[in-house]
Amino acid sequence: MGMIGQHLLNGMMQGTIYGLVAMGFTIFFGVMNVIKFSHGDVLTLGAFGGLVAVWATHAMGLPVPVQFIAAFAAAMLLSAVAGAAISHFLIMPLRNAPPLNMLLMTMMVGTVLREAIRLFFPGGTNPQRFPELLPAGGFHLGPSFFRIDALILIVAGIASIGVVYWIINRTKFGLAMRAVAEDVETARTMGINFARVIPLTFALGSLTAGFAGTIYGLYYSEINYGMGLLLAVIGFTAAIVGGLGNIWGAIIGGYLFAGLQTLVVAAIPSMSDYKNVFAFVLIIMLITWRPTGLLAERRSDRV
Amino acid sequence: MSDPARKPAAAWPLIVAVAFAAVGLTTLVMIESQKVLGVTLAGIGLACTAAARFGGIAATEAAAAERPWLLRGLIVIAALAVLFVLREDNFGLLMIATVLIYATVCLGLTIQMGYAGLTNFAAAAFLGTGGYTAAMLGQKGGLPDPIVLICGGLTAVLIGSLLILPVLRTRGHYAALTTLAFGVMFNVFLDANELFGGPQGLKVPGINLFGWNFSNDLVIAGYDFSFYTNYVILTGILTALAMLLAGLLDRSWIGVWLDVIRLDETAASVFGLKIGHWKILAFTIGNFLAGIMGAIYAKMTGFIAPTNFTFGDSLVMVSIVILGGIGNRWGVLPAALIVVLLPEKLQFIQEYRLLLYALLVIAILILRPDGLVARRVRRLRMQAAE
Repeated sequence: MGMIGQHLLNGMMQGTIYGLVAMGFTIFFGVMNVIKFSHGDVLTLGAFGGLVAVWATHAMGLPVPVQFIAAFAAAMLLSAVAGAAISHFLIMPLRNAPPLNMLLMTMMVGTVLREAIRLFFPGGTNPQRFPELLPAGGFHLGPSFFRIDALILIVAGIASIGVVYWIINRTKFGLAMRAVAEDVETARTMGINFARVIPLTFALGSLTAGFAGTIYGLYYSEINYGMGLLLAVIGFTAAIVGGLGNIWGAIIGGYLFAGLQTLVVAAIPSMSDYKNVFAFVLIIMLITWRPTGLLAERRSDRV
Repeated sequence: MSDPARKPAAAWPLIVAVAFAAVGLTTLVMIESQKVLGVTLAGIGLACTAAARFGGIAATEAAAAERPWLLRGLIVIAALAVLFVLREDNFGLLMIATVLIYATVCLGLTIQMGYAGLTNFAAAAFLGTGGYTAAMLGQKGGLPDPIVLICGGLTAVLIGSLLILPVLRTRGHYAALTTLAFGVMFNVFLDANELFGGPQGLKVPGINLFGWNFSNDLVIAGYDFSFYTNYVILTGILTALAMLLAGLLDRSWIGVWLDVIRLDETAASVFGLKIGHWKILAFTIGNFLAGIMGAIYAKMTGFIAPTNFTFGDSLVMVSIVILGGIGNRWGVLPAALIVVLLPEKLQFIQEYRLLLYALLVIAILILRPDGLVARRVRRLRMQAAE
């Protein structure tokens, strides 16, 4: 029974990371009707950027809080720039291409990022240790043990979800974004600068990925070049389960996936290697039952 | 022919084209130096561009359309000639067999993605399903190899049939997720599973077809042939059969129906087409081809591990289909050749292989979205008018 607290905390942490990634997928889909599969690898890029920033600030002898802030700032900046660049140079030109071409394009962009990190980052083939910047230790509550750093990261993650939600629903930029998502033509006639909103939207989505990547590094104390691929598949899955284009759906999908994983680990510890397999099987069954996600988008076809 | 006044196309462009392909293939396989390879590739590219510019490709196509049996005969002769020249080159023959395996799997993908419009990002997983079936059956022993190979295909179909319901129920991106998740899952599962050898993989015995042992060198009319010749012959026959099948599908009404379903599902259902039936057919054929080729691949290399069948490999196969021009079955052959041969020949790019494919596909998608050899728009002739 003592494990329940740990499982809960772990599940919450994973769910927050998945939710952040899924939110990116759903934002991109809402605005451009594309699946940007390179999202996970942008996250990896951000995490490695954060790692380099920590190394640099550490070498300069700056205090730990500065290193902490530098990690997040570098990760978010790097992934935001990468996301905006990918959208501007690679996704926009293919806007009118078949969806398969677009999906393949972003998969290949992701492959380029992944391979580039593996080949050109010093020692990139091996997992990199991410320094522990948060206070170690924790406290006992009943039979369970809670890590302080995990609690801080979960709170930060949930807060960032809240911030993104606020940007989308309460700011002028968010309004422009939602207008473009609703109807590009009308939004343009209303004076919305389409060519600026799109890269900014991608920058916003990718920024959350960089944030999630740094959280991942701090929580697991290790990052590797391939971590983005599985996170992308899981984030995509979460966005699909929630219903593409629906922010709440993506967040629910993220926690649902983490919940399924945690359930498998908690219920049958001997099968914990198969937690992703089980979670995916259940998710595939779920989308068979609801083919357009839990919070389904309403649609009709035109011939 | 609906137009009796038209002159029959000359046969010589066809002969030249097949001879060119055979000589090109042999040279590419035999070249050792990287500089010579670069020059040869540039030469081949230039020749093809020139042929396209001056109507050579159109003439070849017309001749091929009018004399299918001449084409088939020429290909068999050319294939035998290539085999004879390369008879003692173990590595070269292994590469050709690998190219043929990839090409056949990609023909299956062409039927799924190019004809029926079903995205499949798990081709490597289906290939792996066939490979692991062959490995497991080989460990148990007892079953003759023709049945093992067919079992490889059938297992892939069986696993695929578990995915068929989600694939049919969902559309677009939602459908892409299903095969994507399966492709990634397949690897995670194999890595964790002790029964299938885990990350270390499994050994697989060679093929023995009705007493024809594929591990022995061949001696024909006093000439020694490397034992890989066996695999080239087998994979070559299967590739030819897959080409024929894809061609028949494309030319039949089923091909037209698949086109309609791909282009507009709603319209297809309005015209009374059973969308589900034809999608299942295309999905099954593609997976069967992948499974059977996976079994041969496993038996040829003698060893398989989860790293042979990653999501990256699935992407490579989709890249071949896109590179060749999606839906164009002939384009698959040169595309598979380029993708398999180049990293083997250029050792210094071996490490950068995936990176370069990815950049190449990105460039193709932006500059030439229809692929190297675009699929022709179907021309329907009204035969009833005659």
